[in-house]
Amino acid sequence: MTDAAATTPSRASPRAPLGAAARSLRGYARWRWWELALFAALPLSWLLLPSQALLLNEIAIVALFAISLDLVLGYAGIVSLGHAAFFGFGAYTAALFAKDVMPDPIVGLVVAIAASALLGLVTSVLILRGSDLTRLMVTLGVASILYELANKLDWLTGGADGLQGVVMGPITVPFTALKGFDFDLTGRTAYAYTLVVLALVLLVARRLVHSPFGVSLQALRDNRLRAASIGLSVPLRLVAVYTVAAAIAGAAGALLAQTTGFASLDVFDFHRSAEVLLVLVIGGTGYLYGGIFGAIVFKLLHDLIAAWTPQYWNFWVGLFLVVLVLVGRERFVRPWTWFGKGTKP
Amino acid sequence: MLTLLFDGIAYGMLLFILAVGLAVTLGLMNFINLAHGAFAMAGGYITVLLMNRAGVPFLACLPIAFVATALLGALLERTLYRPMYARPHLDQVLFSIGLVFMAVTAVDYVVGSMQQNIHLPDWLQGRLPIEAVGIGKYRLFIVIVCALLAIALQWVLSRTRFGSRLRASVDDPRVAGGLGLDVNRIFLLTFAVGSGLAGLGGALGAEVLGLDPTFPLKFMIYFLIVVSVGGTTTITGPLLAALLLGIADVAGKYYVPKLGAFIVYTLMVAILLWRPQGLFARASAR
Repeated sequence: MTDAAATTPSRASPRAPLGAAARSLRGYARWRWWELALFAALPLSWLLLPSQALLLNEIAIVALFAISLDLVLGYAGIVSLGHAAFFGFGAYTAALFAKDVMPDPIVGLVVAIAASALLGLVTSVLILRGSDLTRLMVTLGVASILYELANKLDWLTGGADGLQGVVMGPITVPFTALKGFDFDLTGRTAYAYTLVVLALVLLVARRLVHSPFGVSLQALRDNRLRAASIGLSVPLRLVAVYTVAAAIAGAAGALLAQTTGFASLDVFDFHRSAEVLLVLVIGGTGYLYGGIFGAIVFKLLHDLIAAWTPQYWNFWVGLFLVVLVLVGRERFVRPWTWFGKGTKP
Repeated sequence: MLTLLFDGIAYGMLLFILAVGLAVTLGLMNFINLAHGAFAMAGGYITVLLMNRAGVPFLACLPIAFVATALLGALLERTLYRPMYARPHLDQVLFSIGLVFMAVTAVDYVVGSMQQNIHLPDWLQGRLPIEAVGIGKYRLFIVIVCALLAIALQWVLSRTRFGSRLRASVDDPRVAGGLGLDVNRIFLLTFAVGSGLAGLGGALGAEVLGLDPTFPLKFMIYFLIVVSVGGTTTITGPLLAALLLGIADVAGKYYVPKLGAFIVYTLMVAILLWRPQGLFARASAR
């Protein structure tokens, strides 16, 4: 990483006075009070809303999935229509691992993350070339291939019936005396488990996007040619971020499979890829916490509308998407600009 | 074996008619329209409803499906699509996915989620036994209609004034506009014709492909394959890609039913990895 030193002179000599550019980059990375508040809100939600643990668990998983897509879409600027491939791969890996190898959740999670990361690494070759349309097709194609595989390999995956009979063992935290947390019906254990993973991923992702690597990703998102000509290796960066994102998506999928004890074809479905796009767009792309806010809004809306008209919920999702895009994504999250003049996005 | 090949060709021709409108939108306006299948579905439902509820004969339904979908396309182009042209691809993707979701649920709400059946007239049913090769009459009908349409399209694009205007707008909309061509009107017309063709394809294909509210989602990837593999710069590219896809899909499902659509997707990913701009793209795609 010889080019990294050029963007951050502070790394070469940490004690030297920082230049203006480095100071401004440092400024972005500083912890804000609301970030700390958000991290504090995660355990508080567990304590204060015990009866909603199942719903909160779903929200946290969707948030995790959206963060993963954000790394690819918001930071690296790759439009993916098949991000469910990694989500589903993680889910099936975790479920199969629990069923056939060992029921320990944490080992299963690690295995699922590793497997998804590997899949991300392999498929990242596909997104390096071509136009937006090609990438769209290839990501969609990978998700469809996995969907077909999960559908047809019924001796392994249970086919269209889904993978049933996944029994998870109790959580045993390695290197500590904490053990024997069973997944129960109230979902509190599951939610705590998901929250810990979510917080860890957030910390890692935060570190990642504020690192020289993350800044260089944004540079190549904004202008790939220019980024390449100042000496950034574009393909390597895309491969790296795609692999990391795949690992996080795999973690989200594994959490879903482990906390519900079930994996079905639905995890690879096109709907899932489209929904996570929507979640991310509601919360804001290229913004680390966008996934969390988007997931909260999306799931609450989902519950509200689904209670009212369960079968036709998709119509409102569609309408919402169309209106969102027509109004403009940037303006939508800033209501104060709706009625102003001259603030065209 | 030959029957299979013929079925594949019929299927491919159908896919071509369904997808050619998309090829034009994508190539012309660089607009990623995932909602193209919704127009095809509209054409299919118009035909089914007209035939089953109003008793309109099948042959009369086809032009109605074409015109009605074209009008629908023109209306949507004018109101919703036009502001989208200059947007980033992400916005276009989100927008058209939204349209698909709305179309799927709206049809589900109005007509119901069951599969719709079409009752073909007697003279289109059955098979023609030619030299021990069973050829479905309806499949033959599809091939003839689609081949005529493809030839007509090629003729319009390469020989008429409208065709040359269209190609001028494809190559450089700004210069075309500067030379006094009304690019917006050309876009509108082309979009309408493309949607109309999709509607016609949906009407023709209702019997072969099956018609239910999830149609746009089920076949979205197929249309996109035709366009992205065939390239968006010519008519022959998508035509060949559609034929290839049709034959591969029919043969794949017949010989190795366990793998299903797996072959097609893998083939697509492989081709796009090999030639990201499409199999038949001009060397200097923009």
